[in-house]
Amino acid sequence: MNRAIVRRITPSIRTWRSTLKTFCSDTSEKLHGSHGDKAVTDSTDNVPQYDVAIVGGGMVGMALACSLASMPLTKHLNVAIIDSNPALLARDSIKKEDAPDPRVSTVTPATISFFKGMGAWQYVQLHRHAFFDRMQVWDYTGLAYTRYSARDVGKAVLGCVVENKVLQRSLLSCMEDSDVKKKIYPSRLNSMTLHKSSLISGTDSISSKPSGSLAKLNLSNGDCLYAKLVVGADGSKSHVRNLAGISTTGWKYPQNAIICTVEHTEDSRCAWQRFLRTGPIALLPMGDNYSNIVWTMDPQQAADRRSMNETDFLKAVNDALDDGHGPHPQSERMGGGGILAWLRSDETSSASEPFEVPPRITKLASDRMVFPLSLMHANNYVSKRVVLIGDAAHTVHPLAGQGVNLGFGDANSLSKVIAEGVAVGSDIGEMTLLKRYESERKAANIAMMAILDGFQKAYSIDFGPLNVLRAAAFHGVNYISPLKKNIISYASGEQRLPIFT
Amino acid sequence: MASKLLLSQLRNITRPTHHRLINPNFIFPLKNQTLIHSRPYSDAPQPPPVGSKPPPTNADSAPTHKKISSSLNQAELAKFSAIAETWWDAEGPFKPLHVMNPTRLAFIRSTLCRHFGKDPYSAKPFEGLKFVDVGCGGGILSEPLARMGATVTGIDAVEKNINIARLHADLDPGTSSIEYLCTTAETLVEEQRKFDAVLALEVIEHVAEPAEFCKSLSALTVSGGANVISTINRSMRAYATAIVVAEYLLHWLPKGTHEWSSFLTPEELVLILQRASISVQEMAGFVYNPLTGKWSLSDDISVNFIAYGTKNIE
Repeated sequence: MNRAIVRRITPSIRTWRSTLKTFCSDTSEKLHGSHGDKAVTDSTDNVPQYDVAIVGGGMVGMALACSLASMPLTKHLNVAIIDSNPALLARDSIKKEDAPDPRVSTVTPATISFFKGMGAWQYVQLHRHAFFDRMQVWDYTGLAYTRYSARDVGKAVLGCVVENKVLQRSLLSCMEDSDVKKKIYPSRLNSMTLHKSSLISGTDSISSKPSGSLAKLNLSNGDCLYAKLVVGADGSKSHVRNLAGISTTGWKYPQNAIICTVEHTEDSRCAWQRFLRTGPIALLPMGDNYSNIVWTMDPQQAADRRSMNETDFLKAVNDALDDGHGPHPQSERMGGGGILAWLRSDETSSASEPFEVPPRITKLASDRMVFPLSLMHANNYVSKRVVLIGDAAHTVHPLAGQGVNLGFGDANSLSKVIAEGVAVGSDIGEMTLLKRYESERKAANIAMMAILDGFQKAYSIDFGPLNVLRAAAFHGVNYISPLKKNIISYASGEQRLPIFT
Repeated sequence: MASKLLLSQLRNITRPTHHRLINPNFIFPLKNQTLIHSRPYSDAPQPPPVGSKPPPTNADSAPTHKKISSSLNQAELAKFSAIAETWWDAEGPFKPLHVMNPTRLAFIRSTLCRHFGKDPYSAKPFEGLKFVDVGCGGGILSEPLARMGATVTGIDAVEKNINIARLHADLDPGTSSIEYLCTTAETLVEEQRKFDAVLALEVIEHVAEPAEFCKSLSALTVSGGANVISTINRSMRAYATAIVVAEYLLHWLPKGTHEWSSFLTPEELVLILQRASISVQEMAGFVYNPLTGKWSLSDDISVNFIAYGTKNIE
């Protein structure tokens, strides 16, 4: 490296700096202690210092960076993004003619307003994205169905389906257009050390250097950096979470999800979800007659369906969406729901809509990907100078499309907490400040996870009386409008809890 | 805002026509007995209370945690000296101060940004201004002020506190420029130092002569500068919450941290500040919500309150 060559030319006083450099690039931890004393003298001369180091440049990590860049109080913060994905540094844009990527997310209206607030939604609108304002949910028993409409709560859309790479690229473009100090490190995090500041023993040499209480990150390509706050946005197998020693609770679902993009006959602004015996299948419109399929089933079936040929797969999908596995539910037109007729006066418009069959799938437009599903929740979101957001803190079942929206909620909340901290001059890595973020998000995330897990368990049992109960629940939600409105608001991210609010 | 209404009422009270408040004998009828730790708040020389040592003849009559011969103040210093190491332990004896800190900083930021005409959305609004934190302790207030861009000098009479403050400030490059001095406000006045804003938070209730202390604070302020003082009200509610609950029931503070008779009422504070040429512009109270564990600013000044004043233009 050029720096090392320059250092060898200069006189021997600088040998301490070269010691520091080799110390940084050495990934073995046991040398840390022996070189500690020598490293103190030349502490921060060539090791860059950042205010925030975001480990993981995915959608949620970039959303945090973009949010910090868009607020006047945090614009001045030095941000480092550590992610080895080459797409982050690549400057090629996403072309419209590209086939749609199967990895998509449904963003809720709350997330859309978060993006609009940062100024990033205008970039998303340049690429393929599809709003939907209706949703139909039913199951294989054919006993009932529920239809949701954005008009029930007086809104225009229930959500928008966007490819993950579009979201990530839009956030990156938004950040690049603002003059914020950021640096992308195209590498992976190897290890992290947090110097403990001990004031009691005043002779502790480490605590008297200027960066004594910062977190030090060692990257896999040999780079080293200091940061006041390390944000773990590196996904469900978070390395930051492991290094910080934060334990998790959770379990694997006995299900895998197949994801692919398909083409169909006609376009609709409706999202479809049918609960089958083995798991739900969802059809999400992506625009241009494309839709995304998320089909959850047990691992053996998932492997089979992934390897079968296209025609067979399409037939299986059409069966799953149409009348394979069970009959269509009866449409409730004028006289249905006798017991609930007294609630008719306050009915939502979608309660009188008839059952519709989803569009027929004609073609497979992408590869089929399979992902294992699990529920995971970190026991703490924060630790000294470390905070977790997104999948690093929690993962959920995809049956309600909430996973990444919880992550965006985390990013929004954390950036607000950081802004409040900067406003009163606190150290942004301070535990008391980070705990405010944790208390705000933990409650919301746990509530959502519990509800989704409840749904997953309720639909995994095929038992007569339970089926009837579920059908009654479908009916109830369809016709009891306050409940339906609450559910829509909650799923749109605008309400804390679906009931008692 | 309601606090402005309150302040105009206070100003009415402090006009000289209301003799009953100015007569010190009315306020402290028992000042010559040692049963109550009474502190004269007028600046006329008072006879010493029976049984205590005579005060020294040099001019350090209103120090902050200062070692003067009165045995009571030695006790105050010793109290703080004993727990000096725990200043930065967010769960230790100074926990209430740590939890209340962001709330006080919010008030300070908002009033001082307005006073100096700075942009409230700037990350470092106090760039180029000189502040002094009197009775800085471990630097809990000085560090955030330095991060907001001010050039901060922190002073305290307890040497241990200054050492701890210096060590902790050196950990963050943003705060390592704070000047910490183990000295008193009077010494700084003698050195003729002047500051744009003088802050003395939670100090005046530990001081022997609050009137003299306020005069020193005023002498440290440039003409037209700002002063921020916070303390606890001498009310029954404050006795119940700040002493009984905080010290004896919840053990938030070590027993004996506060003496109820050393507290000042807002009227008294406004009066002595006015005599020191500082006009109080705004006052706010802090309330604690036990359910959420958070402090917030409010118009309720019956327990903790903070006052922002400006030095009269000479």
